This record gives sequence, structure tokens and C-alpha cells, in this order.
Amino acid sequence: MSVASDKPILARHSRASGVPRCRLRRVFKVALMPWLVLLLWPLAASAQQSVGPTVVIGSKTFTESVVLGEIARLSAREHGVKAEHRSGLGGTRILWRALQGGEIDAYPEYTGTITHELLHDVPPGAGIAVLRARLKPLGIGITAPLGFNNTYAIGVRADEARRLRIRSISDLARHPDLKLAFSNEFMNRADGWPGLRQAYHLPMGARGMDHDLAYRALASGAIDAIDLYSTDAEIAYYHLRVLQDDLHYFPRYDAVYLYRLDLDERAPAFVAALNDLAGSIDAPQMRAMNKAVKIDGESETVAAANFLGVAPEQGNGGAFWKRIAGYTLQHLALVGISLILAIVLAVPLGVLAARRRRLGQLVLGLTGILQTVPSLALFVFMIPLFGIGAEPAIAALFLYSLLPIVRNTHAGLTGIQPSLLESAAALGLPPRVRLWRVELPLALRSILAGVKIAAVINVGTATLGALIGAGGYGQPILTGIRLDSIPLIMEGAVPAALLALVMQGVFELIERALTPRGLRLRAMA
Amino acid sequence: MHASHGSDKAFPDSAFALIHASRAFGATRAVDDVSLAFARGRTSILIGSSGSGKSTLLRMLVGLEWPTAGEVLCDGEPLRRESLLDVRRRVGYVIQEGGLFPHLTVLGNLALLPRHLGWNRARVLERARALAKLAHLHEALFDRFPAELSGGQRQRVALMRALMLDPSTLLLDEPLGALDPLVRHELQDELREIFRSLGKTVIMVTHDLAEAAFFSDRLILMRRGRVLQEGSLDDFRRDPADPFVREFVAAHRPLPDAA
Repeated sequence: MSVASDKPILARHSRASGVPRCRLRRVFKVALMPWLVLLLWPLAASAQQSVGPTVVIGSKTFTESVVLGEIARLSAREHGVKAEHRSGLGGTRILWRALQGGEIDAYPEYTGTITHELLHDVPPGAGIAVLRARLKPLGIGITAPLGFNNTYAIGVRADEARRLRIRSISDLARHPDLKLAFSNEFMNRADGWPGLRQAYHLPMGARGMDHDLAYRALASGAIDAIDLYSTDAEIAYYHLRVLQDDLHYFPRYDAVYLYRLDLDERAPAFVAALNDLAGSIDAPQMRAMNKAVKIDGESETVAAANFLGVAPEQGNGGAFWKRIAGYTLQHLALVGISLILAIVLAVPLGVLAARRRRLGQLVLGLTGILQTVPSLALFVFMIPLFGIGAEPAIAALFLYSLLPIVRNTHAGLTGIQPSLLESAAALGLPPRVRLWRVELPLALRSILAGVKIAAVINVGTATLGALIGAGGYGQPILTGIRLDSIPLIMEGAVPAALLALVMQGVFELIERALTPRGLRLRAMA
Repeated sequence: MHASHGSDKAFPDSAFALIHASRAFGATRAVDDVSLAFARGRTSILIGSSGSGKSTLLRMLVGLEWPTAGEVLCDGEPLRRESLLDVRRRVGYVIQEGGLFPHLTVLGNLALLPRHLGWNRARVLERARALAKLAHLHEALFDRFPAELSGGQRQRVALMRALMLDPSTLLLDEPLGALDPLVRHELQDELREIFRSLGKTVIMVTHDLAEAAFFSDRLILMRRGRVLQEGSLDDFRRDPADPFVREFVAAHRPLPDAA
């Protein structure tokens, strides 16, 4: 991996105007932004003075999209436009929202996805002219097709296909016991599995699986058929047969770039660069680039640069420790900022919960419910409120950190011996002084334990932040899964595990330093 | 005096008084319609078995429990929430095992309230030294934490903490209850000496009749939230107001004679 390694974690925030926003988002921003700005200031400042990119390109979490993103970025560079590529941001929804919200300026998309997923009232076979007219009111432009049709297809192992005599998708209906596994996006989209199943009257069920893992599962025989893209590099590598779409179910998926129309004024050279790419990439070329990255282990940047015949930036792929340091910094920012914000809110909430029993049950219940939201879902929920990047990830981690800290603050305070509370009251100390001088010090151990739990959990959960463009150790893990590269996965997983251990150690030291000797004595006695 | 002859002006001269005061916890009445006065400068002992309401009564005097009916008077004034901190600062309060804050040193415990009230370090230390002499506590222990003290030392510190502001009244809730017999005996002697020398109003709770009689001839025997009899141990023996009083006195068995 290389592309996303050195992108600044808070590069864009000045330009987010023009789009009407829901009130909740504003409330969240108003409440949290001062903190974020304050805490991120050093990072943001250093990121801004290096380069202020004029355009931001996004891409989805699969190789072809990242390669196309790199091609766009390098073309922009050749046209003298400063461009940043936020690679592997997520799925269609995330990219589409980010484009509309101005978080990104352009990203590679497919016509079939536009007609089926993004614009619901467009006929499936609509041409570019129709799409362009429909996208214009949204402030979005579209290039002419780049030259290849990467449609969905169904693949099975070639030997298995021979044995069962399966040639077309219709043939699948004769084998209801075949195990199908499709990418999560394919499982859910209208033109994916639900429609396919209906059109071909397929009797079997299917389950969702990460696309890159699905290839390996297919190769090992754990499953029998998966969805593919017709430009996938793995088709030859894994000896797969692509089944004929005999009913012509799948629409065309011509690759195009979508971009914000305000670029016509802001960066006309970039729009020209994108349009120059139209018709220049055919399916074999795309498959070759995909193979160069996924099978031969080249970086997307190199593959894209080779295709364009330009030089990639130097320093890509090298400087292992510098890369790790970059991830570490991003990861620490995610964990640290979310944790500090959580402490600021959760400790008072815990105090409140301990003081008022009824309210306390409510607070504990609500923070408990937050904890049950699947982490990936929580990350995605934050996107409409905070856009993409570090902020939504910090917000999600912040919400996750609340429960352990609130709960432990509550437990620490309610666990104080009643006789001590009574002594403090009988002395004639006002409630505020009792809280600060007696109750909080006595509950400190428990509170710190809660913070420690939150910190360690956050280190792990923050790896998911890469899915929404937050960077950190999740970045190499995600790329590693995409490229089927164990070393890359380790590049993120090992430091994440080490960081969790370090966190644990650091907090134990903090606990030792902050716990009064008198309490440690009691613990030993 | 016997229970229940109260009107608002009945106890103008007492440090504390209760007028038809009750404290109910759900259906149980821990203190049940009690009227009592505690004279200034005297030592009174609340005595009874566990669950008799004696501790609850003591706690009501400083607003740790609030009467569900009736009234508590402090220096002739009804106890009000607004004036509670004031009342508490005029009262020293010691509980079983001391109630010392484990995260603070001896000196930290002593200094907590005075420092909050704006005393400087020197003044705190001066007062602490004077009280250490009174309570027979070695000054070398000032930097120790409660966990590093013996039970007897802890009670001495608790007493010192209660006396820091030189309160007019001392309330003690089974202050010696958790100590072994030898230490307890020694502290009983010292405590009585301290009470005599200070001339403060003292109200102490105990379940031990011998200890009660040792400290005072004004005992208040309670049972099921009510006051059964007030008087000296001799009064209890000679003229028990209730069969339970006789029973309670008889239950304290003397040591067998030497063979």
C-alpha cells in the first residue's frame, strides 16, 4: 500500500458550505468542534502548511476504484493541478454522499450503479447524455465512459463448472445445494442478488462475504459461486469460469468519473484532465492494472503511473518506519481525542447517575444501548453528521468510550463505604467539596479502570475508522485484506496490538501515580 | 424527665432537643415520637440493643437523618437544611472505626475542614499539635495513612478531627465498639478525662451498660424507637420503668468471683 499512507488526517474542513445540513449535524458540530479544533490544532496546522490540495479525489474500497483514483490524481498532477486522493473510503453510498457534501470533488463510478443505486427514476439503459442531464441539477458532472464495462458476473471454479456442467447463470438453478457468497454490497443492492435470484428463479440462499475473502473461500472450496467484476484480476489467477448472463440481467457498468460541477470554475484543468481519460482504458488494460496490483504486488500508484506513462512520486513504498509513524500518529489522535472528550462528558454523567438513582438508570441504559450498536454501523451513522475522515470516527469512538467510563464512575462512587460519606457530611463540608475532596478521590481507581478499558477497546475499534477515511492502523489492514497481503495486514495489526498493550501499561502507571498511597495500602491489607 | 412533655419553648437552654420526633423507614419507625432534651455541658448516653433507634436518633441531631414527624432543635432553633452546615461545624461527630478518609494522611484528615474554611497551614498544624497532646497521639504519626494506624490510634485521630474547630458539642456513635478490650479500657479512661476537662456537651451512643455508666449518670435507654427510661444506672436498678429495663440491666453479667 502506498497511496493513502501520508494523507493528512484533517486536510479539509474549510470548504463545507452551500449544502443545506440537518440541524442535528449543526448541533453536534457546535458542541464538538471547539474541542476538535483545539485538540487537532497542531496536526491540522502542520498538515495545512505543506499542501493545500485544490481537488480531492475519492475511491471505493476495491483495487480498481483505487487505481482509477490514482490515475485521476496523476493526470491532475500532469495538468498542474494539486490533487489529493483519499483512497478506499468505503462503498457507493459513502462516496456519493461525500461527493454531494463537497468532502470530495470526484470519484470513479459505474453507469449501472448510477442508474440503479444513485438515480432511482432513470431507465436502466440510459446513456451518458441522459445521466448528465439528470446529474446536473445535483451539481454533479459525469465524464464520457472510460472505455471498459466492468459489469457484475458470477464465477465458479472451472473444474467444478466442468463437473457439474454449468455454463450459464440459468444452469445454477439445477443445483440448489450450491453455496453462494456475495459481496455485501451485491447482497443488498436492488440490481444485485435479490434481482438476480428473481430473474433466474434461483432456489438457493446466499450469504454476504468480503469480496477479497470470497475469492480465497471459493478457491479453497468453502463456497461454490461468488460475484465478480468482469475486470477482476483473479479470474485467471484462481482458474475461474465466468458464467454467461444468458438472460442479460446485468446492466452495463461503464466506468466514468463523477465530479462536482463547481470544479468547472475552481479547477477547469482538472475537469479537462478527467475528460481526456474518456475512452482511453479498455478492459484488458484495466484487468492488467488490477493484476499488477492484486497479484504482482505493485502499488496502485505505480500501476496507474505505468499506464499513464508518467513517473510515480518517489518515496512510495519505502520508509517503512515513517509510514508506521504516520499511522501511529493518526491512530493516537483518533483514540486520544475521543477518549479525552469521553472523559469530559462521562465522568460528570457518572456522578449524576450516582447522585440521582432514577436518572442514573436512564443514563446507564442509554450508554449501554450505544454499546450494542455494531461498530461499523455506528461509524457509518456518523457520516451524515460529520462527513468523512477523522471527525466521524472520533465521534463514534467517543460514543463507545462513554459506557465504561460512566459505568465505572457510577460504580466507584456508589461503592464508597456509607460511613465515609457520612463522616464527610457530618464534618460540615458542602456537597461540592465532598465530591472533589472525598468522593472522587475514593472513586478514582474505578474511574481510571473505566478509562483504561475504554482506551484499550478504542485502539481496536479505531482500526475500523479507515473505512470512513480516518486513517490509522486500519488503513494498512484494510488495504492488506483488499490485496490479500498478510504483511500489509500485519503492518496495521501488530502495531495496533502493541499500542493496546502500551495503553494498558501507561494507564497502569497513571493509576499508580494518581492513586494516593493510603488507598494502595488499603488494597494490600 | 420523662418522655413527651414538649412544647416549642420547653427546652430553651438545651444544646439539642427533640420534640415528638419520629423517623420512619417505610413501615418501620426507627425513632418513634421521642421528646428529649440534652443539657449543655453534660454527658448523656444513649443506650439500647441494636435496632433500638439510638444511632438513628444521634444522626437526626446533625441532619444525617431527617425527622418524618416532629422537630429537632439545636440551641433552641429548629434544624433547617439551610443552616445545616453551620450546625455541623459546631458539632464534632465520631463514628465506630473513626470514619477516617483512607486517601488522606492523619494531618490531611485533620486539615480537610479547617483548610476549606480558610485556615492556613501553620494554624492547622498548631491546632493539630495541641489536640495530639490531649488525645495522646504521637506527632510522628501525622504523615501516616489510616491503614497504617492501629484501631486505637484511628479513634484518637477521629476524636481530634471532631475537635479541630473546637465545637461546643461532641456526638459519638459507638466510638469504642470495634476495639479490643485492653485498648478500649485505656481509651475509656482517656475519653472520660477529655470530656471532663473540655466541659463540652457530649452525647454518646453505646450498647454496653458498664461503659455507659462509666461515662455518665444520665443514661437514656431506648427500645424499638422509644425512650423507655432516663436516669442513672442506680435508677434503672431501683426503679425500672418497664420490665425490659430490668431485663436489660440483668443481661449485663458481672465477672464470676475468683475461686
